[in-house]
Amino acid sequence: MSAAVPKSSVGESDAASFGRSFLEHILSQIPEVEDSHATLRQQARAQLAELGIPTPREEDWKYSDLSPLVAHAFRLAGPGEGDVNRATLEPWLWSESRHSYAVLVNGYFAPHLSDLSGLPSALRLAPLSQAASGGLQTIAKVDVFSALNTAHLGGGIQIELLPHEKVLPPLHLLWITVAPEGEAVLAQPRCLLTLPAYSSLTLIEDHLSWGSGIPFSNAVTEIALEEGSRLHHILVQRQGSQAFHINQTAVRQGRYSHYRLQALQWGSQFSRHNLELAQVEPQAHTHLQGLTLLKGSQHSDTHSRLRHQAPQGSSRQLHKCIVDETARAVFSGRILVSREAQLTDAAQTNRNLLLSPKARVDTRPHLEIFADNVKCTHGATVGQLEAEEIFYLQSRGIPLAQARQLLTYAFAAEILEGIPVAQLPSLVAQQLAPG
Amino acid sequence: MIRENSPVILSVRDLTAEIDGTPILKGVNLEVRAGEIHAIMGPNGSGKSTFSKILAGHPDYRVTGGEILYLGKDLLAMEPEERAWAGIFLAFQYPIEIPGVSNLDFLRAAYNARQKYRDQPEMDPLEFDDFVRQKLELVKMDPAFLERPVNEGFSGGEKKRNEILQMAVLEPTLAILDETDSGLDIDALRIVAQGINQLAGPEKAILLITHYQRLLEYVTPDYVHVMEGGRIVLSGDKTLALELEQRGYDWLREEVG
Repeated sequence: MSAAVPKSSVGESDAASFGRSFLEHILSQIPEVEDSHATLRQQARAQLAELGIPTPREEDWKYSDLSPLVAHAFRLAGPGEGDVNRATLEPWLWSESRHSYAVLVNGYFAPHLSDLSGLPSALRLAPLSQAASGGLQTIAKVDVFSALNTAHLGGGIQIELLPHEKVLPPLHLLWITVAPEGEAVLAQPRCLLTLPAYSSLTLIEDHLSWGSGIPFSNAVTEIALEEGSRLHHILVQRQGSQAFHINQTAVRQGRYSHYRLQALQWGSQFSRHNLELAQVEPQAHTHLQGLTLLKGSQHSDTHSRLRHQAPQGSSRQLHKCIVDETARAVFSGRILVSREAQLTDAAQTNRNLLLSPKARVDTRPHLEIFADNVKCTHGATVGQLEAEEIFYLQSRGIPLAQARQLLTYAFAAEILEGIPVAQLPSLVAQQLAPG
Repeated sequence: MIRENSPVILSVRDLTAEIDGTPILKGVNLEVRAGEIHAIMGPNGSGKSTFSKILAGHPDYRVTGGEILYLGKDLLAMEPEERAWAGIFLAFQYPIEIPGVSNLDFLRAAYNARQKYRDQPEMDPLEFDDFVRQKLELVKMDPAFLERPVNEGFSGGEKKRNEILQMAVLEPTLAILDETDSGLDIDALRIVAQGINQLAGPEKAILLITHYQRLLEYVTPDYVHVMEGGRIVLSGDKTLALELEQRGYDWLREEVG
């Protein structure tokens, strides 16, 4: 697959200034306050002076042109905006987390809209503004978008748990960006989660946008998994069709820790998910599953980097994209096995289903191995629905459109296994319904 | 069961067809009446499987001549799903796996699609559950199979039994079974044959496509046809199957070809 010429290409000379006014406009709206995060914010500002908005000339952004994003002048959203109340929230809640959800409006924790009564006291949720700076920005990779998020530190949430505690109800975080009609609005969700030794949690991060304006959510979630801890992380990105979404999920895994991610996304006109994972101690396990559903002219880019840095770690990654109409999906997955990481067992697969002749996918799985005694595999496939399979369903009386929908769902089904919310598979099926 | 003046269900005249420009069928003639069981036998590559797929409307094949009348209507003008609604059923030689879709939901979707087309009431999940459990008896299938994804992880024999279950739910007027006996052990073969026998009836017709005579020990055909080189070259009663079993197919090529 070859790279396309970006829609509005950026010349060599103005690459340095590309997006500069976009960034300046946002930075000018961030108030100067003296609190525990002031130093981190200043560092991030300094980094931003060096980091520009990337252009498709940069390898990591080769297939994703940010010109449509930087064309907007975003207003930095504050807390308490929009018509978010118990009644308007109702349709977005799930029975499995009826008493274990937290609402974050424009990146700010709204306790009065949340119900955490089903969670044990061993689990603590607090606004990041009340937290000490420790742990923040120690896991996330510094790039222009994480730095932009850090330059605005103050909202967001910190989640802490006591050692050996196993929390049963899934914790549902509803990140809602409110963009009123005619406005371009930026929210910067930030989450810091630490799981201490032998604790376990199921975390659902759910990105939504409300309103008919243009929302841009620029999210960073940092996760530290200490010895023997287990996190089942579900990420749902279902923002509106006008939205922009850039998200970094950064995970550092200690000894015997277990991280499972199920990332489901079908929202936004443009989205980019950066996954930064590191196994820093031996015998950690990472299980990544992704499902991207695109139609219309949506563009979605998943960039993952998994670093095996200690012996006897294992990882499984399966990412699937279903692309219809003129939409475009990108998957770039890197697995790095460092010299110390002997006996690593890693497997990565990217499977893509194109539903229309103009749909497009760019896939780049790659392995970089510096240890000599490891088992690593990777692969990618791009295909269409099989005529034989469609015929089988039609021969049973199932009309063509429904047959295609059932088979498309069948392609996705593997990613949805074990998902702790019964409604999520139906939401995926709805997305795949004709029309 | 051969009856005088029984209505014609399927009438095939001078049918020719090709795939990717290669002719496969070179003039097939066949008439099937209500109540009858026909077996089409023949060596590999004779066109018998192609013939069954064309009857069900497989998109890969192009009909280049002749006609097919089903209950007096032009079958070739109908989409595959319309043929199913009108009562045609093809049991596949290699049934497709559909992960994530339960057997029960799939069967109900198929059943209700046909009911809707016929302006008959659709069944809700509870009604359908009762209905399908009676049908399970026929193929001696464990009800747990209803909750499993369609054919996923099924053994060869389970897949074939699942085809007969679908047939039992859809109650076709013309059932075409493409090599349904292949890959079955003797117990599975008996179960499948029993299912077929129970689904036969005076208003229905069955077309068995098979390479071997084995299935015909359990399902007695009224007619046996031999296909060779894209044509039906010989027709007879059930004794023809036994003769083929003893003599193989090679002599046919010498005598007919």
